[in-house]
Amino acid sequence: MLAFIIRRIGQALLVLLAVGFVSFAMFKFMGDPLENLLGQEATLADRAELEERLGLNDPIPVQYMQYLARAMDGNFGVSYRVGLPVGEVILSRLPATLELAALSGFLAIFFGIIFGIYTAIRRDGFIAQTIMTTSLIGVSLPTFLIGVFLIWAFAVNLGWLPSFGRGQTASVFGVELAILTWSGFKSMILPAVTLGLYQMTLIMRLVRSEMLEVLRSDYIRFARARGLGDRAIHFGHALKNTLVPVITITGLQLGSIIAFAIITETVFQWPGVGLLFINAVNFVDIPVMSAYLLLVGAIFVTINLIVDLLYFVIDPRLQADRAGGGGH
Amino acid sequence: MKKSLAYLIAAGLAATTALSTAQAETLRWARAGDSLTLDPHAQNEGPTHTLAHQMYEPLLHRDMAGQIVPALATSWAATDNPNIWEFKLREGVKFHNGEDFTADDVVFSLNRAMRPTSAMKELLSSVEEVRKVDDLTVHIVTAGPNPLMPNNLTNLFIMDEGWTMDNGCAEPQDIANGGDNPCVRSTNGTGAYVLESRAQDQKTVLKANPNYWGIGEFPLEVTEIVYTPIQESATRVSAFLSGEVDLIQDVPVQDLGRVSETAGLVVSTAPQNRTIFFGLNVGDADLTSDNVEGKNPFADVKVREAMNIAINRDAIQKVVMRGQSSPTGVIMPPFVNGWTEALDQYPAYDVDKAKSLMAEAGYADGFEVTLNCPNDRYINDEAICQAAVGMLGQIGIKVALDALPKAQHFPLIKNKETDFYMLGWGVPTFDSEYVFNFLVHTTTDELGSWNGTRYTNPNLDQLIVSLASETDLDRRNETIAQIWGTVQSEILYLPIHHQVLNWGMTDKIDFAVQPEDQPHIKYLKYKM
Repeated sequence: MLAFIIRRIGQALLVLLAVGFVSFAMFKFMGDPLENLLGQEATLADRAELEERLGLNDPIPVQYMQYLARAMDGNFGVSYRVGLPVGEVILSRLPATLELAALSGFLAIFFGIIFGIYTAIRRDGFIAQTIMTTSLIGVSLPTFLIGVFLIWAFAVNLGWLPSFGRGQTASVFGVELAILTWSGFKSMILPAVTLGLYQMTLIMRLVRSEMLEVLRSDYIRFARARGLGDRAIHFGHALKNTLVPVITITGLQLGSIIAFAIITETVFQWPGVGLLFINAVNFVDIPVMSAYLLLVGAIFVTINLIVDLLYFVIDPRLQADRAGGGGH
Repeated sequence: MKKSLAYLIAAGLAATTALSTAQAETLRWARAGDSLTLDPHAQNEGPTHTLAHQMYEPLLHRDMAGQIVPALATSWAATDNPNIWEFKLREGVKFHNGEDFTADDVVFSLNRAMRPTSAMKELLSSVEEVRKVDDLTVHIVTAGPNPLMPNNLTNLFIMDEGWTMDNGCAEPQDIANGGDNPCVRSTNGTGAYVLESRAQDQKTVLKANPNYWGIGEFPLEVTEIVYTPIQESATRVSAFLSGEVDLIQDVPVQDLGRVSETAGLVVSTAPQNRTIFFGLNVGDADLTSDNVEGKNPFADVKVREAMNIAINRDAIQKVVMRGQSSPTGVIMPPFVNGWTEALDQYPAYDVDKAKSLMAEAGYADGFEVTLNCPNDRYINDEAICQAAVGMLGQIGIKVALDALPKAQHFPLIKNKETDFYMLGWGVPTFDSEYVFNFLVHTTTDELGSWNGTRYTNPNLDQLIVSLASETDLDRRNETIAQIWGTVQSEILYLPIHHQVLNWGMTDKIDFAVQPEDQPHIKYLKYKM
């Protein structure tokens, strides 16, 4: 177990190094940060001077090594756009993204599993059919459109919920959270639904098909033959056995909720790291982009690790395999 | 007794009027971008200046009509020595922290704005020394006469020397060296509003300054400003339609109709200080992106004229811009010194004549070329380029369109890597010299940095340089007219239109659109 974790951490570090290098190599195609930094009146001399001071005329591998050396010390540089240390800028934006991801992840898992079970058990019911049909919207419409549609319906026409921003925040151990205030919670609903809709649909369809699969299997038939009640069969036996693939997918999806909230955050002006990243791209803010991509890489690697560990807990057979020296 | 009764009534009246004006009015205001920093000398950028203008003040500023009016200076004039400008300062002004405003602060602030890490230093490049004469008089000494000194000062904000030094930010914010300083996060100006709280890209709250010198002089009806950037235009318009904000800048042209049809909302429109045009590589012997070998078709003025009359500016205005632009024949907006109706006249759209000009130039069969265009900088920039591609196709010029984000487009122009490009230009000094310095003068270390045409004309360069020190304004204006004459007859650029600014506001607000896109909230009034 310990060796497994250590091996995975080693792999994770390699992945991060590769992510960093690929992103660095890409930045020179993003445009010229000096243009934004200097403004239109700058002379060629100003330009050369700033380029020198920022070390932008060094070759890419040299820039990357310097970046890594500084990153080891926890120094991710200074944002070109807002002129503040990148670590601090990202940390101040991270709570907004994490709380949004947490709420939308919760909504996706909660409703995804409930709807999934329901549509599996009442396969031909009218409500189940309706849920299945409307869920197509969740997978087929782009996030941007869903967001704009929700704003149009709930903010402009009904006037129930705010169309942008984060509302009031409350401070918990120095972390600003919106979910704890009424106006903050109201602001979170539309972005959280927008962000979670796709994941919810995915989880629901996955749970449904796994459930259908399991409900057909022999041991469920035996369970019925033993005279067990529906409830015990559906939840005690069937659901439990559908969970392994659901956890894999959910874990990976949670990663992408955090990492790719970019569009949702832009549509709702939600001040998280996704919005920060979009602004960084527009401004060619290289330090912020590098740190963000490393952060996303780290999140994915961590979630994968946790998912792998969860398998052991849920499925005892895997432990037996490893103990037997099998392994893949 | 009578006297005291009258006094009482007067006092009562005064109290009621005071009450009605002192009513707390919160203005919720949104635009696409946020200010980048609170350090007033660290960025030379529109939204950054706009926010700074609410809290800090320059010596002179441009009011809502774009006119230069006194701010912290009450009067200014060139002295007998044409190299020295004298500024008389306003008396009794206090900074937000209670410190007095004096000549020392002006000397300190202008010097700070000339430091290497300042983004404003180019505007003061002609300044040799800023000198305190007495507590309320400052001399600005320039290297040679600079008739436009006042025009360059309208975004140069004055900070309190003591406060700035105490906070350790004598140098403007430096991203190459840590970047952070207390002046990036807090402010101490003399302006009409005081910073209450700020979260970048999220929300900035300003409160009315109770000790502002301009009380009684400006409406100052807004007592609290809540400024929120909303960069997605659909969301910005939605927030406005749903009544969550009272004032928005940057209303997208496709939503103008919808907004003005909504009860209680209005759109105010005014020409913007920005002209959109195409630049052509006229100077190189051969173009890299065309299919003509050994020759540069753009070097022939007949080709340029043909292209100029092949572009149907009225159609671009009507179809692409939905009426929200004013077509033009010159690359400067109408407020600029040197602008005339005659220059602004654009040539009639005439495909037949254009075709015969092309034939005369020896390109009856046309040629191929690439047009570089930004896709996130100007209003409908890429769509304008697409329209132009179609129009030029009619006279046989096959244009391949290459639209890129601004961060990739502008370096093409500055590095002279494009033969045919779109550019928009605003004139912060409101004088033609600014246009010539950047767009017409031959590219050198100091001048012509945005001249992507590779055009060079030593005589014209000499005239342009002479403008900087010509103190006889009539003669200066003649030279300006002469330079424009050459630019127009050479058809260096193909002008398209002046952009139009749209601000959306609730119908309770009485506010004019400022040509620099800078709302100064102290001028905002509410309709009774």
